[in-house]
Amino acid sequence: MKRFSQLLTLSSLLFFTGLAPAQDAAPDVLVKNVTTEVVELITRDKEIRSGSRTKLIEVIETRVLPHFNFNAMTALAMGQSWGKATPEQKKRLTDEFKTLLVRTYASALSAYSEQKFDFRPLRAKPTDTDVTVQVRVLQQGAQPVPIDYSMEKTAAGWKVYDVMVGGVSLVANYRTEFANTVRDNGIDGLIKNLQTKNRSLDEKK
Amino acid sequence: MKRFLAFIAFVALAGCATTGSDPRDPYEALNRDFYAFNDAFDQDIGRPIATAYRNHVHSEIRDRVRNFFGNLSDLFIGVNNVLQGKFEDGFLDWVRFAFNSTFGLFGLHDVATDMGLEKHNEDFGQTFGRWGAGDGPYLVLPFLGSSTVRDGIGSALDAYFDPLGEVRPIDVRNPLIVLRLTNTRADLLEASRLLEQAALDRYVFQRDAYLQRRRSLIHDGRPPREVEPRSSVNPQPLSSVDSIYHPRVPQNYEAVLAATHP
Repeated sequence: MKRFSQLLTLSSLLFFTGLAPAQDAAPDVLVKNVTTEVVELITRDKEIRSGSRTKLIEVIETRVLPHFNFNAMTALAMGQSWGKATPEQKKRLTDEFKTLLVRTYASALSAYSEQKFDFRPLRAKPTDTDVTVQVRVLQQGAQPVPIDYSMEKTAAGWKVYDVMVGGVSLVANYRTEFANTVRDNGIDGLIKNLQTKNRSLDEKK
Repeated sequence: MKRFLAFIAFVALAGCATTGSDPRDPYEALNRDFYAFNDAFDQDIGRPIATAYRNHVHSEIRDRVRNFFGNLSDLFIGVNNVLQGKFEDGFLDWVRFAFNSTFGLFGLHDVATDMGLEKHNEDFGQTFGRWGAGDGPYLVLPFLGSSTVRDGIGSALDAYFDPLGEVRPIDVRNPLIVLRLTNTRADLLEASRLLEQAALDRYVFQRDAYLQRRRSLIHDGRPPREVEPRSSVNPQPLSSVDSIYHPRVPQNYEAVLAATHP
């Protein structure tokens, strides 16, 4: 029996050390691990299941955010205007956009109810540094919903710079909204808009 | 057919109001009016009914309802696949219909999916798109919501060939149509909640999502992508209109395309 528990400790150690260097993990492995981990957390955690938004956002911030490149996401959503923003504006834009995306992501996750995931094999050459990782969410009686993560290899590991849900790129979808606001109210106007939006989301909850 | 006439009238009407700044959406002012109308209708009637349906009808029963209408739709999903030259997919849609209608008890159970025959998503709008028809101007149709000139004509054909339209007596057909609408709206409750949260301007966000989604569906999830500057930090100015943005192309996209469209 003792031997068995030793074996268990050893194998769990191996398991965790195997996971530890997340930076080196292949992009598809990373997506799978993080997804499985987060889904397990939110289905087990009592606070989250009883609707604690703060706890859910905390989970997203610690487990999911490190794998996203919000700078790149904001730059892509801004398009041409990004070049015209000052470093200070860029920082504030990125912060506000990040907050908005995290709030939205939290809502999406809170609607999770036992859907199954189908992690597609990665189709890429080992030398690729910019890839799409495909996951599909399976549901009863309907076409599976594809979720594609666009990921780029950086010094700090693979980072997501866009998410496509059912063929809709999240980043591309903000492009027109951002462009319209910048055209009408300037970059500071956009920052203010995002702030107002984020505040209204916090008040609602 | 009535819907189709209404649609023609709408397009004629829309022709009078060119105000938008987005080249994809020349009738923005009029579209926004219809959007507001649809939204009010949804707030007062659509959403409350769909929410009640979701909260009070057991998910097991809702699954049966979804499967039943999904099974009916497989017939013309198959037709559209064949029209698009995807004969194998079209054939499999009909096999789905055959299995689900018999072993699945009139489509109440989606046994075909369990057998590995995946459900597809096709309609006449997508078929026209596959044949090379562009979107045409974006339209918001009363009650029906987001569409384009191409998809509007497609929807008219979808409605014309709708198997439910054949059901008689009318007293049976109409409740079935209402049930189908309720089921569809209930399935979209989460999506519409997310849309409200994510968007700065819901009209623009929904329009862009619709256009992206249709483009993706026409190409069965793998639209050809236009190459954009690789640098994510300093995108080069685009020669075309900045607002029309296609996502960046990852390096493995060719491989992904090849895997999906052999």
